[in-house]
Amino acid sequence: MKRLGVDLLVGLFVLLGFAALVFLALRAGNMSSALGLGQTFAVSAQFDNIGGLKPRAAVRSAGVVVGRVTSIGFDDQTYRAQVTMELDERYEFPKDTSAKILTSGLLGEQYIGLEPGGDVEMLAAGDSIQLTQSAVVLENLVGQFLYGRAAEGSRQ
Amino acid sequence: MIRSLLMPARLLVDFVAGVGQGALFFLRLCLLGLASLRRPRLVVDQVHFIGNYSLSIIMVSGLLVGFILGLQGYYTLRQFGSEDTVGLVVTLSLVRELGPIVTALLFAGRAGTSLTAEIGLMKAGEQLDAMEMMAVDPVERVLAPRFLAAVVSMPLLAALFSALGVLGGYLVGVELIGVDAGSFWSQMQAGVDWLDDVGNGVIKSIVFGFTVAFVALYVGYRAQPTPEGVARATTTTVVASSLAVLALDFVLTALMFGAY
Repeated sequence: MKRLGVDLLVGLFVLLGFAALVFLALRAGNMSSALGLGQTFAVSAQFDNIGGLKPRAAVRSAGVVVGRVTSIGFDDQTYRAQVTMELDERYEFPKDTSAKILTSGLLGEQYIGLEPGGDVEMLAAGDSIQLTQSAVVLENLVGQFLYGRAAEGSRQ
Repeated sequence: MIRSLLMPARLLVDFVAGVGQGALFFLRLCLLGLASLRRPRLVVDQVHFIGNYSLSIIMVSGLLVGFILGLQGYYTLRQFGSEDTVGLVVTLSLVRELGPIVTALLFAGRAGTSLTAEIGLMKAGEQLDAMEMMAVDPVERVLAPRFLAAVVSMPLLAALFSALGVLGGYLVGVELIGVDAGSFWSQMQAGVDWLDDVGNGVIKSIVFGFTVAFVALYVGYRAQPTPEGVARATTTTVVASSLAVLALDFVLTALMFGAY
């Protein structure tokens, strides 16, 4: 009788531990979306400058998350950044969809925003998005602003 | 004169020999721990003693640490207007660092000391010698099931600690302070990777389980068979395993998250 009690308690402890692990992976972590997204197709795009974009960043269209960035590389033929992303297969985008790198909030994370075009053909797996717009790099902005001021000053 | 000159060399030799003994003992515990699967009764009893009895302290501490992290994270993040990310802060710090570490420290205090004291007293009472006289290997019969049980219990306890901590952070952040529940969970899920963060945390807790179990059993097995010897061994277990866990955590963190 006592034997059974010990076994039961130990079994309960082990189950509780595994339940905690599952909770951490599914509720606190992104296991459900990482594995649940399942049906995705890969699309690539080239950017002049990706700023602070990181792998696993969100791909959004109209603010809704429709995919994730899977990998970021450098293409030494075009000297541009090569970004591969996985889009949810439930959604279709026209072939002339444009991609730009946006920032959520002033200091937030960077993500890719997709703007659908008007083509009748749809993006398929392995396609690349042609129309891209780089991330806004703060240093470049400041530089442009300063040069602009200097040019104004010399004109006066 | 010559003897005092040779002293450093003697110390070095002793140190290297000690490392060798420890490593051999560790290997032996690992092999015999696996072999003790053939006696599941002994292991289950030990999991009951080591794991179940640690549940209350681990779960209550996890909840309290979650409360504290939630409150402290909220106060700091509010200055940047990003109090929504409090869930992410709580979960990342728990899953990556605090869960495995604090659980290991509590585990060393709660279970490690009792293992050391038990083994030390068995040695002082000449029970281990008696076993050897009966051609029963005390390492195989007494130490190995305890080792396996501790190694199994530790990751489960750490996972429970982290999960309760996340719940604690939720209670303070959402229920008490009023952070939006939706963004609390979605920020968390967007920032916590189940493999990089949760998985590495589990690996850490497994490593710490090996560490604490090994230190506790080794120190107990090598204790002076006197009351003072057992007392000293118990203290040594807490000090040595805590330091080992903290040092190992630094190395593991550098290896796992160094790329960022």
